[in-house]
Amino acid sequence: MPTVDEILLTDAQRARLAEIRVAAESAATKPAAYGSDMDLDALGTAAARNRVASLASLEKQIREIAAEVGMDTSEEGRSGSYFQLDRTPIYEKVAAAFDEAIEIMSTEEALVRYPEEMLDRWWWRAVAPEQDKYTALVALKQTEGYFIRVKTGHTVEKPIQACLFVSESDVSQNVHNVIVVEDGAEANIITGCTIHPEVRGGLHAGISEFYIGKGAKLTFTMIHNWAEEFHVRPRTVIDIDDDGTYVNNYIMLRPVRSIQAFPIARCRGERSRAVFNSIVYGLADSCIDLGSETVLEGAGSRSEAVARTVSRDRSVVYSRGRLIGRTDSCKAHLDCRGIVLSDQSVQWAIPDLASEGAPGAELSHEAAISPIAEEEVYYLMSRGVPRDEAVSMITRGFLDLEIPGLPPALRRQIDEAIAATAAEGM
Amino acid sequence: MPETTAVPLLEVTGLHVSISGREVLRGIDLTIHAGETHVLLGPNGSGKTTLLSTLVGLPGYDVTSGSVTFKDADLLAMSVDKRARAGIGLAFQRPPAVRGVRLRQVMEVAAGGSIDATRVDTIAEELDVAAMLERDVNLGFSGGEAKRSEMAQLLAQEPELALIDEPESGVDLDNIAVVGGAIAHLLKGDLASERPRAGLIVTHTGHILQFVNADVGHVLFDGRLACEGNPLDLIDDIVSHGYEKCVECALCRP
Repeated sequence: MPTVDEILLTDAQRARLAEIRVAAESAATKPAAYGSDMDLDALGTAAARNRVASLASLEKQIREIAAEVGMDTSEEGRSGSYFQLDRTPIYEKVAAAFDEAIEIMSTEEALVRYPEEMLDRWWWRAVAPEQDKYTALVALKQTEGYFIRVKTGHTVEKPIQACLFVSESDVSQNVHNVIVVEDGAEANIITGCTIHPEVRGGLHAGISEFYIGKGAKLTFTMIHNWAEEFHVRPRTVIDIDDDGTYVNNYIMLRPVRSIQAFPIARCRGERSRAVFNSIVYGLADSCIDLGSETVLEGAGSRSEAVARTVSRDRSVVYSRGRLIGRTDSCKAHLDCRGIVLSDQSVQWAIPDLASEGAPGAELSHEAAISPIAEEEVYYLMSRGVPRDEAVSMITRGFLDLEIPGLPPALRRQIDEAIAATAAEGM
Repeated sequence: MPETTAVPLLEVTGLHVSISGREVLRGIDLTIHAGETHVLLGPNGSGKTTLLSTLVGLPGYDVTSGSVTFKDADLLAMSVDKRARAGIGLAFQRPPAVRGVRLRQVMEVAAGGSIDATRVDTIAEELDVAAMLERDVNLGFSGGEAKRSEMAQLLAQEPELALIDEPESGVDLDNIAVVGGAIAHLLKGDLASERPRAGLIVTHTGHILQFVNADVGHVLFDGRLACEGNPLDLIDDIVSHGYEKCVECALCRP
């Protein structure tokens, strides 16, 4: 397979690539709007790895780590898989039954195969390369990332899975992902991002540009498992067309050095809908700055964002939510609740609502940070549950969001992760 | 009255309880034997819920003097969960909602984790809570749903002493019948034939007595148990004359 530099591009396409580069270079040292700043110079770039014939042939330890972020390495319960180890897409596969419905490849390959669609419609069209130094880093030193397309009218019930795995210390994995769910198509995608337990420091920077077509639906579930010295900077924008639905489920239950992400859903289409659910457990010295923004532009567009945060130890957690109404008939709600379990932990809940020239926009929020109610603890104790188990049950229940439309297998996985974390934490 | 065993199941002696420094119970003496169902009557604010909450061990109820023994052990020295495991169960009058914890889970823990799904379903059917099993407990439950859910939890727990706080308050007659039937089942039916159980039912109106055959009635007035007698007679008296006259009658104030 040639690289994008080797294929014949039109002058306009070459000009576009140059434009992206210039924009990125202008932001090479620009700090992010939110979150702690970090030094990128100390990091190397993720190395190349050998491809594998199947996920089952991966090293046992890697399979186990991947399983913890939702990967089914038997692939039986999945319609397709993408696995990237450090900088190399070591495996992509679409199950035979879904050959007509799905395409999975690296974005590098997608640029070569579909240069016109990629450059004109998707590549750096939703996220700006000059947003900050992390978008610039990915634009200038990209290390692959996945391209997933669900074709017009196909409903893919079995989840598609993608794993972005870092196995070496002090490097940055700079992925750029594109998901296109074409008109009338429907899919569940589970992305697990994680690192090898021997990895000390490092960075995962990820650009994600998702395009939800007319009447299409994407349920995107991301599970993050990092470690105490690792940094994470995803940059995500989702564009939703008429009658399209995007559901984002985000789960992070392990420590991280720092993570900052603020995905933006643009409800451009009429009656388009965006839902964000997030479950975050702040542990150790984690600096966590997460949230979401929904821009409601299409007539009758809707959005809901639900965040549940528990923080322990010395963790600092910012939970942001922003709704911007730009059309009279839009409606959106934020529900953001936190429990602080340690006197050294800090939580901020920052709801942010704006109506921009839309007098009829209905935007609302509920934000609360409060302890576990003693009354609830005693209620469970009066049923014979010891105090620590009662607290654990309530914490687990608090994080156990009813996420509608979640595949049952994934539901079980999340339940297990929460149970394990709650048990450990208590 | 059923035959009583020599050692009482519960023995409350000279119990004084304060809430935020205000004395609510002013010397309660109460003995309940296994197999007995007692009814606690009394006007609003007389301390009925305070007595039940104190027996369960909820916070905010300060025992200033007196003692409580349950099966020969010092109940007041036990934590709330230990009391429950020892055999005391409470159907709350106004149970709190616990987000993310489902009714089924609470029934399972109430049974000590040793209940099978079929048993939960049988109880759920009896109390018409099958549709609520996977709901967050008490979250958005109506008055009747909350009472039925509380009784379902008690049936799962099968306590030796069931404390039932105003099972009929704020619910319609159909719900009273379902809840009353379950109380009778627990205290007098096949669940009681496995092991004699006792009950202490707080009632404001006495409606529940149409469904539960109670043995002894008490009137709690002004922080003391002022009257003891046949529950139905006491209720008749209270309906005719009110609480104040009832507790002044010759039987109670010899």
